[in-house]
Amino acid sequence: MPTYKAPLDHYRFLINEVFDVAQLARLPGMEDFGPDVISSVLEEAARLAEHEIQPLNLPGDAEGCRYENGTVTTPKGFKQAYDRLCGGGWTGLTAETRYGGQGLPHVAGTAFEEMMSSANMAFGMFPGLSQGAYRAILNHGTDDQKDLYLPMLASGVWSGTMCLTESQCGTDLGLIRTKAIPAEDGSFRITGSKIFISAGEHDLTENIIHLVLAKLPDAPSGVKGISLFVVPKFMPVPNGNAWKAGTRNGVRCGSIEHKMGIKASPTCVINFDEATGWLVGEPHKGMRAMFTMMNAARLGVAMQGLGAAEVAYQNALTYANDRLQGRALKGPAAPAKPADPIIVHPDVRRTLLTIKAFTEGARALSVWVGMQLDIMHANPDPHAKQEAEDLLALMTPVLKAYFTDAGFESANMAMQVYGGHGYIHEWGMEQFVRDARITQIYEGANGIQALDLVGRKLPQNTGRLLRRFFHPVQQFCESNAADPTLAEFVVPVAKALGKLQYATVTVAQKGMANPDEAGAASSDYLRLFALVAMGYMWARMAKGATEKRPQAGERAPFSPARLRTARFFMARVLPEAEMRFRQVMAGGKSMMDMPADEFAA
Amino acid sequence: MKILVPVKRVIDYNVRIRVKPDHSGVETANVKMSMNPFDEIAVEEAVRLKEKGKATEVVAVSIGPAQAQDTLRTAMAIGADRALQILADGDIEPLAVAKILKAVAGREAPQMVILGKQAIDDDSAQTGQMLAALLGWPQATFASTVEITEDRVLVTREVDGGHQTLELTLPAVVTTDLRLNEPRYASLPNIMKAKKKPLESLPVAEFGVDTSPRLTLVKVEEPSVRQAGKRVQSVAELVDKLRNEAKVI
Repeated sequence: MPTYKAPLDHYRFLINEVFDVAQLARLPGMEDFGPDVISSVLEEAARLAEHEIQPLNLPGDAEGCRYENGTVTTPKGFKQAYDRLCGGGWTGLTAETRYGGQGLPHVAGTAFEEMMSSANMAFGMFPGLSQGAYRAILNHGTDDQKDLYLPMLASGVWSGTMCLTESQCGTDLGLIRTKAIPAEDGSFRITGSKIFISAGEHDLTENIIHLVLAKLPDAPSGVKGISLFVVPKFMPVPNGNAWKAGTRNGVRCGSIEHKMGIKASPTCVINFDEATGWLVGEPHKGMRAMFTMMNAARLGVAMQGLGAAEVAYQNALTYANDRLQGRALKGPAAPAKPADPIIVHPDVRRTLLTIKAFTEGARALSVWVGMQLDIMHANPDPHAKQEAEDLLALMTPVLKAYFTDAGFESANMAMQVYGGHGYIHEWGMEQFVRDARITQIYEGANGIQALDLVGRKLPQNTGRLLRRFFHPVQQFCESNAADPTLAEFVVPVAKALGKLQYATVTVAQKGMANPDEAGAASSDYLRLFALVAMGYMWARMAKGATEKRPQAGERAPFSPARLRTARFFMARVLPEAEMRFRQVMAGGKSMMDMPADEFAA
Repeated sequence: MKILVPVKRVIDYNVRIRVKPDHSGVETANVKMSMNPFDEIAVEEAVRLKEKGKATEVVAVSIGPAQAQDTLRTAMAIGADRALQILADGDIEPLAVAKILKAVAGREAPQMVILGKQAIDDDSAQTGQMLAALLGWPQATFASTVEITEDRVLVTREVDGGHQTLELTLPAVVTTDLRLNEPRYASLPNIMKAKKKPLESLPVAEFGVDTSPRLTLVKVEEPSVRQAGKRVQSVAELVDKLRNEAKVI
C-alpha cells in the first residue's frame, strides 16, 4: 500500500522564507490570515488527507463507482470521509464568510487541493467541482441565486457540476445542441444530453446543482449564442434558514463511463428532459461565465498534476531506499547487506531528482500564482488588482499544461523506479500514472492551453500580460546577479529568459503573418515559458534558503537539500529550455508541408 | 465544573528519533513537534465532558518554551476555552511540573485535572500521581472511561486482570490511557476561533517553584540493532538454543 505525508515543511518554507505571504494579512478582510494561521490550517488539512482520505485511494480504485437504474454508488468509505470533510468546514475553505465559508486565502486553498489530489485524486473531484459551481454563481448569479445556492455549496451539503460537453462538442462549444425554452414564470425548460460530467450523479450529497450550457431559441450560432443555467437535481424548497431538496427535476444519469483512471469519480452521461433551470448571468453570455468556472478549475487540475507527482515521488523514494539490488558502480555502498539500495545508482538519482525538482518548483509557482488570486480579490488598489489579474490570466494555461504534463511524466518515472512491481496494482504506482493521465486532457486539453497562451494571452492588450511576468523575473535577475552565492542560479535563468523573450517576439511576428506558425510553436513555447518560470522559482528558493532571517524561530529554515535540488534543476532540467527554443524557432513548415494523405504513406 | 488539562509539547510521534552524537539527549532541532498524544486524549475528554454539559470550562496549561503556544492553540482548536502558558526553558522534571501545576490548581480552582498518563518523550508517567499527592486529591490513572455524577467521578482503568472501576470524590486527578477516546479533527472554524481565544503567558518564576533538575542524565543511546533471526531444524534444537544461547529457560 502506498503512503502519503503532506509536504508541510515545503509549504512552511515557501510561506515564511520565499514569498511575502504575510502581505495577504494586510489586505482588507484578510486580517485574520497570517502565515501562522495558514500553517495551522494546513497542518490539520494534512492530518485529514493522510489519515482519512488517502487510505480510501487504492481500494476506491479497485472498487470504482457502480451505476444502477440512474443512481451511482461511490466506493466504500467515501460518504463518511465526505461528511467529515463537510463537518470540518473544508468544503468552504476559501468560500466567502457571508455564505458560510471560512474565507481563507486561496493560497491555502491551492495547497489543500494539492493534498487532496495526492491523497485521493478521485475523491477530490467532488469538492473540486462544487468549487467551480460556487465561483460561477458567485460571479454571475443573481442575489437570490447566491443566497440560495452558495451556502448549500460552501457547506458541502449540496454539490455542484459543470455540464459543458456533449457528444458532438468538447473543445468547440459553439456546436452544443442543448436547448433552453423560456417558461412563463421566468424559468427555463432545459432539454439535451451532456457527457463526461464528473460527479454528475452520486450518493454523497442530498442534492446536485448542475451548471449547464444551453442555447436559447433566439440564440445566434456559435459560441456567442451560449447561455448558462443552474439546474438542480431536486427542486430547492425552503427549510428554516436553509434549503432542502424537494421534488425531482427532469435530470437523470444515463450511464457512467468505464475509464482509465480516477475510477472512484463517476463520469456521467446526464440527460435533461424539460428540466427546470434558471439563467445565470446574461442571455448568450454563458461563455464568459463558463470561463470563470474553467479558470478556477484549470488551476485545480494543475494542482492534481502536482499532487500525483508528489505522492508518486514519496513512494518511489521509499522504495529506492529499501530495495536492495546489485551493487553501486564504484563498489559496495552497504557491504553488510546482501546488496545496495538502488538509490546508489546515478540513473535512479536522476529520476528521483527530476521529479523532486519539478514538485518543489511547481509548488512554489502555485503559491506565487495563488497569491495573485488573493490580491485580485482583496486588494482595493485597482492597479494592483489589475496586475494580479493579468499575471493570473497569463499563468493559468502555463500551470495547467505544464503541471499536468510534467505531473504525468513524474508519476510515470516514479513507477519506473519500482521495476516490475510498479506495474502491479497493490503497490499503487500504476494507479498514480492512470489517474494523472486525465489531467492532461480535461478542462481544456493541453494543446488548447498552448493555443490559449499563444493566441489569446500573448497578444492581449499589446503584450501587457507578458510584461507582468517578464518584469519581475528580469528585476530579480538584475538585482541578484552580483550576489556571489546566487550567481549560479540567476545567470542560467537570465539566459533562459532572454531566449523566451526572443522566442516570444518571433512567435508574435510569424503568427501575425501566418496563424499556423503560432499554432506550430505553441506547445513548445508553453514548455519554454514554464521552464523559465520554474527557473525563476528555483532561484528565489535558493535565495530563501541562503538568507539569514532573525525571526525564523527554532526551525532552521536552511536546508542544504533545497540548494542541491536547485543546482540539479539548473544543470539537468533547465537545459530543456534550449531545446524548446530551437523547436520554436524551427517554425511550422516541416509539419504543415506534409499533405494529409501522406501521413498514411 | 472547571477542568484543567495540562498538555506537553513533545517530538511528534511520527518522527524517527535520533540520538545526538554526544549522547547528551535526542535531536530536537529541525524536528516536528506536536502535542503529547495522551494529552490530546485528555483535551478531547474534557471537551466531551463540556459538550455533555458536565463541565463548564476547559482550561489548557503548558509548561515549556515559547513555541508551546502552538500546542495550546491546538488544544483550543479541539475545544479548550482558554490557555495558560508557563514559560520555562530547559528540562523540567515531573516533580517540578507537578509543583507548578499544584500552584496553577490553587489559582484556577478546578474540580478535575485530566492529563495524559505519560509523555511520549521521557515516558516518566509520574506527573499525575505526584500532582494528586501534592494536592491531597484522589487519583485515577490510566483511565479508559470517565463518567461524572453529581460530585463524583467514575473511572474505569485498564489493569492486568481486566477492568477496574474506581469512584472518586471531586476534586480529583485523572490520567488518560489510549483507549479513552479518539481525538477529533479540529474543524476549520474552530482552528480560526482558537487564534482568538485568551492565552495568558506567565514566567515560571512567578510560581516560586525550584525547577532545577534532581536527576543527572548520564547518557542516551540508540537501542541496539535487532539481530537477524535463525531458522531452527527441530523443537529439540529450539529448546537447546533457548536454554544455552539465549538463557531464557
